[in-house]
This record gives sequence, C-alpha cells and structure tokens, in this order.
Amino acid sequence: MSLSEFWDFLVLGVVLGSLYAVIAIGYTLVYGVLQLLNFAHSEVFMFGGYGGLLALTALIPESTPSGMGSVAYVLIGMLAGAALGGAVAFGLERVAYRPLRRHHAPRLVFLITAIGASFFLYNLAGKLFGRNPLPMPSMYENKKVLSVFGAELTITQVLILVSAVAMMVGLDYVVNRTKMGSGIRAVAQDPEVASLMGVDIDKVVSRTFVLGGLLGGAAGFLFGTNSQVWYTMGFLPGITAFAAAVLGGIGNVRGAMLGGLVLGVVETMTVGLWGDDWRYVGAFVVLVLVLMVRPTGILGERVGRTA
Amino acid sequence: MSVTTDLKKEPQGGEPAAPVVLELRDLRVFYGAIEALKGVNLTVRRGEVVALLGANGAGKTTTLRTASGMIAPREGQVLLHGERIDGIKSHDLVRFGIGHVPEGRGVFPRMTVRENLQMGAYRFKSVDKADMDRVFTLFPRLGERKSQLGGTLSGGEQQMLAIGRALMGKPEVLLLDEPSMGLAPLIVQQIFEIVKEINEQGTTVLLVEQNAAQALRMADRGYVLETGAVAMEGEASELLSDPRVRAAYLGEGA
Repeated sequence: MSLSEFWDFLVLGVVLGSLYAVIAIGYTLVYGVLQLLNFAHSEVFMFGGYGGLLALTALIPESTPSGMGSVAYVLIGMLAGAALGGAVAFGLERVAYRPLRRHHAPRLVFLITAIGASFFLYNLAGKLFGRNPLPMPSMYENKKVLSVFGAELTITQVLILVSAVAMMVGLDYVVNRTKMGSGIRAVAQDPEVASLMGVDIDKVVSRTFVLGGLLGGAAGFLFGTNSQVWYTMGFLPGITAFAAAVLGGIGNVRGAMLGGLVLGVVETMTVGLWGDDWRYVGAFVVLVLVLMVRPTGILGERVGRTA
Repeated sequence: MSVTTDLKKEPQGGEPAAPVVLELRDLRVFYGAIEALKGVNLTVRRGEVVALLGANGAGKTTTLRTASGMIAPREGQVLLHGERIDGIKSHDLVRFGIGHVPEGRGVFPRMTVRENLQMGAYRFKSVDKADMDRVFTLFPRLGERKSQLGGTLSGGEQQMLAIGRALMGKPEVLLLDEPSMGLAPLIVQQIFEIVKEINEQGTTVLLVEQNAAQALRMADRGYVLETGAVAMEGEASELLSDPRVRAAYLGEGA
C-alpha cells in the first residue's frame, strides 16, 4: 500500500466509521438505560434509509437539483430518515419491549424479542417496498470536492462526515448538558433512585429509544445515499455498529463513537491491504483482541459517565 | 410481642399537638406469599423527628418504601395531610413533598456531586441556587468536592450527598433509611447533628435506624417494629429508658 493509498483508505475509513459511530450510539444508549441489546436497531437504520428514499422519490424532480435546491433535498431526506427511524424505534419500545418490562420478563426474553422484532421489521420492509435494492434519487451531482492529503472526497462523503460529526456533537450535548440527558444518565446508573428524584422511567426509556432512532434513521439515509437502500441493508452495518459499541465500552456514548471510528478505519485498511474478501475479518479480529485485554471495552471503566 | 405497650401517650404539656403530616394506616405489604408488614400504624406530626427502630427484617425499610410509593400496599392507606397517596408512583410522589434518602444512599456514582444535587431538584424547572448553597452550608465537605464523581466519595460523604440531594427537592417530610449504616461513630454523630439541624429548620423527619440509642436521643417519638408489626411506640425518652428496649436494641442484659 503506497502512502497515497494509505491516505485514501484512512479517509474512507473515517467516513465509514463516523456512520458506524452514529449507529452505535443507538445501541449503547438503549443498553445504558435498560441493559438491553436492541438487535432491532439495525432495522431502525434500514427504515431510515427508506424514509429518506420515499420522501425524495415523491418530491425530487426529473433533473438533478443544484445549489440551494440540493441542500434542501438533502435536509428533507435526512429529516425524513430520522423521523421514520425515530418513529420505528418509538413503536418498537412501545409494542415489543414495554409489555415485557411490565411483566418483569427475564433478560433472555428481551433478547429473543429483539431478534424477533428485527426479523419482523425487515420482512415487513421487504413486503412493503420490494426486495430489490433501490438507488437514492440523486440530490446533487456527486463530484469530488475536497482533497485531504491527496485523498479525494466526494460530496456524499463530505456530507456523511459533516452530518455524523454534527449528530455526535449534538447527542453528546444532549446527554451531558441537558435535563433530558441527566434523566437518561440517572436511569442508567440507578433507575430506582432516579424515580425517587421524580424521573419518570417510562418516559426516559421512550425518549432514549427515539433519540437513538433519530440518529440511526439519519444514518440509514446517509448510508443509502452512498450506496443503495434495500430491506436487509441494516444487517452488516448494524452488527458492526453493535461491535463498535462493545469495543468502546457498551453503555458509554463516547466509547461508541470511538469504537465506530476504529472499526471503520480498520475495515477499510483491511480491504486496502488484503482485498475486499477480508473486509470484516480485520474489524472483528481487532474486537476480539481488544476485549481480551480490556473486557469492558476501550472506555469501559467510565461506563455511564456520559450515558 | 406484637401487642402495643402502655407506653403510648398523647403529647404532654397541654399545648395542642401539631397536625399530622404523614400517617400510615393498617399497612399490609406482601413480597409474594410472605407478609412483610402485618398492619403497621404510624403517625408523624409536623416538625417531629420520629424514629423507626427494629432488627434486620422487621420491616423498617419496607415501611419507608411503602410511604414513598416504591411499593404498593395490598391493604391499608398512606395519608399525607389526610389525603390518600398510596398507589401514586414514586416519581409523582416527590411533588407532594416527600423526600426519601434510600438505604445504601443511592448516590449516582458517575455523576459529580453537583450533578447529583441537580438531580435532587429534577422535579423543578430549574435548580434553585439558594438550595444548593444551603446544602453546601450544611455539608461544607460537599462544597469542597463539587466536581468530584459521586462514586469516588467516602461512605460518610455519600450519605451527606444523599441527604443533600433529597433536600434539593424541598421536602416537607424527609424519610431517612439507616443513615448511620457502615459509618464510623464520629461521622454518624456529625450526620445526626445535621439531621437535627435540618429538622430545626422546619423539615419533618422519619428516621429508620438500627442504631437505636443514637436515634432515640435525637427523636421526639419512636416506634419499634418486630416481624412486620409495631411492638412498641411512645416518647423517645421513655423508649430510651424502657428495659425491654434497652435489652433488645441497646445491647444491655435484661
């Protein structure tokens, strides 16, 4: 791998990793408040892709928009993705998980429910939207616009990076600096005491799902813009983002961000060095190695400080 | 020994008794098939410190948790100023002016001292700076450790933080569950003095304690729970000198 290729793959990895990071936040937030591995989060992501796709298909004209028009359509797509993602996450909590909490179901029941919800949701999407991958309507002409150490970035890649960073900064602010965030952190650390302080646990859990769903949905839109939208598109990014959350220390928001970036970079570097067949091997080898040395993840000892 | 003793008396001295703030009436609480409270009656008047004593498993904590809505009684009532509040969830109950400092303190370990105190004021739109200052005046050690994480504090400091946090919710009645647990005698004394001070500033206190001597010395009245029922009740000074209390809870030979 030459130096210029190294920069190419590094930049690609950061772009991909920033998406993983945004998805991973959804896993880690929910785990923080409920100790639940919400495997249906990958479907929240997938529905976000369809949300953007459907909104843009309905609105975008034949010819590719430009200028402020492009900006407007990107925003519409992202908001539609986030909205559908948030709505699916909200419904998921209400329909699938809340009844289990009411009945104090064992943890294993939550896990199998999550897997069942995931199967249900992606098959529902396949039924509703068809099983063929659909391209996102083009919102702009995807030119190369930026050069970082010789690596050329397209508009889509810049868009992904900028929106992902904005979402992470915003989420970090919400969790650490707002009253809603302090409620989430309190429930994550001690739900019973939190309720003694006047925190309505049901409300906090619901908001946590919606928060993760908004981010996951927007990430689905961005991912779909970069490739395509299809009903099982959530599976691999979802598993990788879950691994990223574990790598960073599950329950820890900043850990999830870090884990996402690390896995994104490792993934593209592996591809760069050994080819696409090895794509997921590198990332999961890193996951296993890190967990052998630090079973609680990279930032695991600070779990909950920011969640 | 489940019969109420002759120690029960009306408040002395002719002056009219302060109004009842909190009343537990015939509380029966079950954990599955096990009856944890078998008809507990208890009243707390405005401005009092009432001590709730008893051995491990007597039902002290259960009584307190039922009073603050964490457990729903199967039978009986919890009344605040004569209005029933049983069945109201604990997160709604804080608005009624009940502050509960739970067993084991329940400090949020990965929040700073300041954030823990802010959580205490969660029910309000914004944090009252004056309340925060009051807590730091009562507990200067917390003021020195504002930015330290709750989990890194010593046991005594955590107890102070738990009490301070409850005060941030401006409670009318403060429920304290074993504040002396696991603490050095000197620290316990300090904490009891501060509780007394909080009481003198106008907060009514219901105090659960295993440390009967210390609790009764501070309290106005006391109740002794045994296996889920009130075995004795009366003026704190009388309980303190009662031979049965001395034998069972103050470690003296009968």
